[in-house]
Amino acid sequence: MARAIFSIWRGDQSGGAMQDYVTEVSEGMVVLDAVHQIQAESAHDLAVRWNCKAGKCGSCSAEVNGKPRLMCMTRLSDLPLDEPVTIEPMQAFPSIRDLVTDVSWNFEVKTKIKKFTPRPPDAADGTWRIAQEDVERVQEFRKCIECFLCQDVCHVLRDHHLHDAFIGPRFLVYTAALEMHPLDVEDRLADLKEAHGVGYCNITKCCTKSCPEHITITDNAIIPLKERVVDRFYDPVRRLLRVFQG
Amino acid sequence: MSDYQTHQYDVLVIGAGGAGLRAAIEASGAGVSVGVICKSLLGKAHTVMAEGGIAAAMANVDDRDGWQVHFADTMRGGQYVNNARMAEIHAKEAPERVRELEAWGALFDRTKDGRILQRNFGGHRYPRLAHVGDRTGLELIRTLQDHGIHQGIQFHMECTVTRLLQDGDRVVGAFGYDREKGRFRVFTAKAVILATGGIGRAYAVTSNSWEYTGDGHALAYHAGADLIDMEFVQFHPTGMVWPPSVRGILVTEGVRGEGGVLRNSAGQRFMFDHIPDNYKPQTADNEDEGWRYCQGDKAARRPPELLTRDHVARCIVREIREGRGSPHGGVFLDISWIKAHVPDGEAHIRKKLPSMYHQFKELAGIDITKEPMEVGPTTHYAMGGVRVDAETQMSSVPGLFAAGECAAGLHGANRLGGNSLSDLLVFGKRAGEHAALYAKRTTQGEVDGGVLDRTAAEALAPIERQGAANAESNPFAIQHELQEAMQRLVGIVRLESEMREAVTVIAGLAERARRVSAPGNREYNPGWHTALDLDNLLTVSEAVTLAAIERKESRGAQFREDYQEKSSVEGQVTIVIRKAGDGTMRVTRETLPPLSPEHQAIIDANTA
Repeated sequence: MARAIFSIWRGDQSGGAMQDYVTEVSEGMVVLDAVHQIQAESAHDLAVRWNCKAGKCGSCSAEVNGKPRLMCMTRLSDLPLDEPVTIEPMQAFPSIRDLVTDVSWNFEVKTKIKKFTPRPPDAADGTWRIAQEDVERVQEFRKCIECFLCQDVCHVLRDHHLHDAFIGPRFLVYTAALEMHPLDVEDRLADLKEAHGVGYCNITKCCTKSCPEHITITDNAIIPLKERVVDRFYDPVRRLLRVFQG
Repeated sequence: MSDYQTHQYDVLVIGAGGAGLRAAIEASGAGVSVGVICKSLLGKAHTVMAEGGIAAAMANVDDRDGWQVHFADTMRGGQYVNNARMAEIHAKEAPERVRELEAWGALFDRTKDGRILQRNFGGHRYPRLAHVGDRTGLELIRTLQDHGIHQGIQFHMECTVTRLLQDGDRVVGAFGYDREKGRFRVFTAKAVILATGGIGRAYAVTSNSWEYTGDGHALAYHAGADLIDMEFVQFHPTGMVWPPSVRGILVTEGVRGEGGVLRNSAGQRFMFDHIPDNYKPQTADNEDEGWRYCQGDKAARRPPELLTRDHVARCIVREIREGRGSPHGGVFLDISWIKAHVPDGEAHIRKKLPSMYHQFKELAGIDITKEPMEVGPTTHYAMGGVRVDAETQMSSVPGLFAAGECAAGLHGANRLGGNSLSDLLVFGKRAGEHAALYAKRTTQGEVDGGVLDRTAAEALAPIERQGAANAESNPFAIQHELQEAMQRLVGIVRLESEMREAVTVIAGLAERARRVSAPGNREYNPGWHTALDLDNLLTVSEAVTLAAIERKESRGAQFREDYQEKSSVEGQVTIVIRKAGDGTMRVTRETLPPLSPEHQAIIDANTA
């Protein structure tokens, strides 16, 4: 069996440093396995967040060799092991400890988005009739596992720290899922334009590249939302109408 | 009494998977204040892992379905030791709970006429599972989460409860800590609902995450509640077996529902070799008929791969033991063969089973549209748990309710796939409703400050014992040894002598757990958290083992090598686990109430 070096960030809000650990590597191992092995062998208090270990819960987000990844879905056989594997916490959120970050901002943002509001039921028994193709349009967005890696790589959040003015790709996807939901009748465009800051996104597509669920975040969610906002608020005829209507 | 951060609610829910969230929504809707505690972040609970669907007799795909058939299927699947009233309530109320999810934003796959589509699953006579591809659990938990955050519920994320607080017998709150800082929290409440899920972490090979350490089972037990059916632990027949690091991760039964077949190393579909008598009339006796069933042919009977989980798991173990296993100690599950029988086969498989495709591709380097998967049994679900009243979900302790996996009764000796998501919706709602009613009739109880200080001191002990960190006192090592012992000695095939050995091993590990040490400080310290979970794991392991020894027969998920047949005597018995006055675990036998003539008539009419 081979041994490999893992360089893991240890620390908290007050600072920290990379620390090297050596552990055995066996067939099929993922980065999260290595972290657990190190935790059981030599660093019992190494903080890491995880749950399903199958890419379905979105808990173990981190930056592996500088790239945003789910640790449970990153196989060691896909990484060069002749040099240390670096594992760092997500950078766009405050540190709690080691690989664990404070992602509570995301949960607060979600509560500010107007909730799902269905049209009245289609049938007397209180049910709706929906075509499969209308369901499929939105299912892509509903695959999101809320790992927040897209938020981590979005430069509006990561570099410019505009957390108060911009909800980030995750919640633009969430808004798109609601706006394009076949039953939803709520209107979120004014919020998108103002409080939720859809205009801050300048379509660099970093979020799409980072998504472990392969959601085409920019093209399928954000751009259509931007178009709806433009149609509503910047269409010259509509602007003129608004002037006359006061 | 020291200074603890305190929170007061009318109803406190422990756990935020499907059952906890559904309970919280119901209680909050009834106008009481509700707090929810979850061990992880909101929306990460094990419900996300549920793949196949929610069982509900809506009859959208086959109009012969109805609550009576669902009830009879559930009872037969559970080998008739289920709580029949719970099975009746469950079958009757599940359709409404599914429709309600749609009103809250869930989007299920559709039939051609735009209604909710339903799929086949093991042990269900008709296509019954409302689903979203193979990620139904995610859809369910996200829908409840996104609805729940607008209901005025207070969420305490990454917070773990170590003890229930009592005023006399009555449960009046909970004591716990937050992971982030390790600060102790005191929650007082008029009613407490346990919705903590399962016990899978007691075993080495499991589909469950780190959270499933039997917390609710152990909390209830220490508070004096009865646990029942603890011997019935479901080993899901299809978990991944290779590579080693993914061993145990679930492979949905939906693969078989879509036409996937099990083969041994000789290429034989071994499930045809042994079909239990009570399922023979409804099971295909040739491959062609089985495939026609999966294609929706109502005249065809279901393939034997869709027999109940306990049976399929045992057949797989038989193949492996008799030398017909796959290279890595499993058997083959093949969905790729259907390519030749459906248009655009590879795309069809990817569309029907997207997350399975993804999971095998990324974790095992296997393309399931081209080659078979290797699978074997994995510890999946606890049928046993807190004994509850069928109508209200209240336990035998006043003020304490339980719902979802940590409660018992509905599933008897074996749970049918798809009946878990419906269970947590139906009984989550009932628990929330009745806990709120209970809370409205009562006042906050008194919490004894001395108990809080003792509980806090106990919780801190592993950290204060830092000096002695070695293999003997390593919390991860103790947990690992327990898992290996339970896997080896109280697993899928059981023998009294081995289970007696397990009792001794558990006692030894419990002794070591009293000296466990966790280096580091209180802030987000996994070693400390693992140390604190040990007591729960040891408690449920002991309960499972003692109950399994007591039941001297093979029934459902319990297979005894020394008692290989079902016994009509044991079939009348419920095994009850209770904490005795001297602190030891007591096992008693109680006679099951006989089935009512009405229930018996429904079963007779629907299982022929």
